[in-house]
Amino acid sequence: MTQNVSATADATLLAEVAEMTVSALNLEIRPSDIDPAAPLYGEGLGLDSIDILEVALVVSKRYGFSLRADNEDNLRIFSSLQSLADYIAAHRTQ
Amino acid sequence: MLPLVSHSHPDAVVAWRNGRPVSVRRFVADVRHVAARLPAGGHILNACTDRYRFAVGFAAGMVAGRISLLPSTYTPETLRHLAAFAPDTTVLTDGEHTELPLPAMPFPALLEDDAPDPQAGDDCEIPLIAAEQLVAWVFTSGSTGAPVPHRKTWGLLVTNVRAEGEALGFDPAQPPTLIGTVPPQHMYGFESTVLVALQNGAAFDAGRPFYPADIVAALERAPAPAMLITTPFHLRTLLDEGIGLPPAALLVSATAPLPVELARRAEAAFDAPLLEIYGSTETGQIATRRSASQDAWTLFPGIRLDNRDDATWASEGHIEVAVPLSDVIELCEDGRFLLKGRNADLVNIAGKRTSLGWLNQQLLALPGVRDGAFHLPDAQAEQDAQARVLRLAAFVVAPGLDAATVLAELRRRVDPVFLPRPLLFLDSLPRNATGKLPRATAEALLARHRAQHQAARRQDRP
Repeated sequence: MTQNVSATADATLLAEVAEMTVSALNLEIRPSDIDPAAPLYGEGLGLDSIDILEVALVVSKRYGFSLRADNEDNLRIFSSLQSLADYIAAHRTQ
Repeated sequence: MLPLVSHSHPDAVVAWRNGRPVSVRRFVADVRHVAARLPAGGHILNACTDRYRFAVGFAAGMVAGRISLLPSTYTPETLRHLAAFAPDTTVLTDGEHTELPLPAMPFPALLEDDAPDPQAGDDCEIPLIAAEQLVAWVFTSGSTGAPVPHRKTWGLLVTNVRAEGEALGFDPAQPPTLIGTVPPQHMYGFESTVLVALQNGAAFDAGRPFYPADIVAALERAPAPAMLITTPFHLRTLLDEGIGLPPAALLVSATAPLPVELARRAEAAFDAPLLEIYGSTETGQIATRRSASQDAWTLFPGIRLDNRDDATWASEGHIEVAVPLSDVIELCEDGRFLLKGRNADLVNIAGKRTSLGWLNQQLLALPGVRDGAFHLPDAQAEQDAQARVLRLAAFVVAPGLDAATVLAELRRRVDPVFLPRPLLFLDSLPRNATGKLPRATAEALLARHRAQHQAARRQDRP
């Protein structure tokens, strides 16, 4: 797999990922209210590992790749909305 | 006296770590190495996330006469209670733990990391542990504030997981490699990834693969026969990902009811049998079934079920103390049993168990909360059927507090899986004449809220 790890998500992708997260988890927050730099996990948006697997599934369907942690910290990708969107920008195939 | 491991040769593999085998000889050397470095004090809270380090820490504790504490959750309130339960506890950790109310000890560098492999042919004396030795306390949330301890002695744990090896069909001539998506600290992961490998000549993978692609990679890497020890939720996300699945010899599921459709789908996708395990923290596992084709559960050897006091009690076999089970159980004439649902007040989310009564106490104890109640939504049955994870709702009367404050305070006391979604603020709770919040009233409040929320979402959209 080729990957461009330096890819950065633009504002459009950031908004798309916020909307997708809110919708996948039926969160009671406006997508635009998610701070792109705030933690998604634990305090912050309050997601847990169950939510993260649900979002990962939606990401794989929509962007055509499977998330991998490869023995690193499983939740690092979800450290913030920006981090998730950047990861998608770097790995998306569609 | 019972041996730490049952493998027949010191060069047999007991674990795989980062793709490398760990021999019994190496494991025993690591156990003695860590045992010699444990601090004084009788108890160890083993928080290691690496399954191999967890196993070494647990075994080192047994060898050094320490007792492991295995709480189901690590909230600040739980840790404070554990510190009161066993003040001489040290937290053994391989991660970063800040703000612990207990002294912490970083996991020592393993021999594997910096020393040559022990010479083949060296003596490898397998440690023996007395059957009656108390080796662990496991905890349930209980009905009051403090976690309730349950004793685990070595002999009964060994009896338990040796029977599991038979129930899962381990072949001593072809020992399996176990891949677990569950943590080793949870009773299911403790038994079915760590102890079952140690006591049946098998090997476990030290990792805990999380994303579906990581689970697939771990199964691909594992020497055959590979077995996946998982939950209905992980199984569903793995199958829904739609990626190619490597061969597996057996799938094992526990922690929540497995929908029969999902069981059949999993068996077909992997071309392997799926066994479901039923148990509890107090009893450990007590029964198995092939869920794709069987309704009835087969008990582990020697275990008795008796109906009394409106509950089904489990006793004998490897059970330490007779306990009432938290499910409604129908006994069959052939000694097997059927599960007929949960008792009303009890909540099981993602393998963690508590009661609405306990959650309500936590909510009502928060400064500024005048009234409040948790609610288990009716959608539970539907969510079970989809192997989705249920979330609780809660209603609260707390003028002057906002949701973020209430949630932050709850997070200190309550495991995150039980945090309410939604948390609804009311001017008063519509309790009935007996002071209860009837289920139907709670459902109506929830339905009204959902309708408002969906209308607001539609308005937000361009």
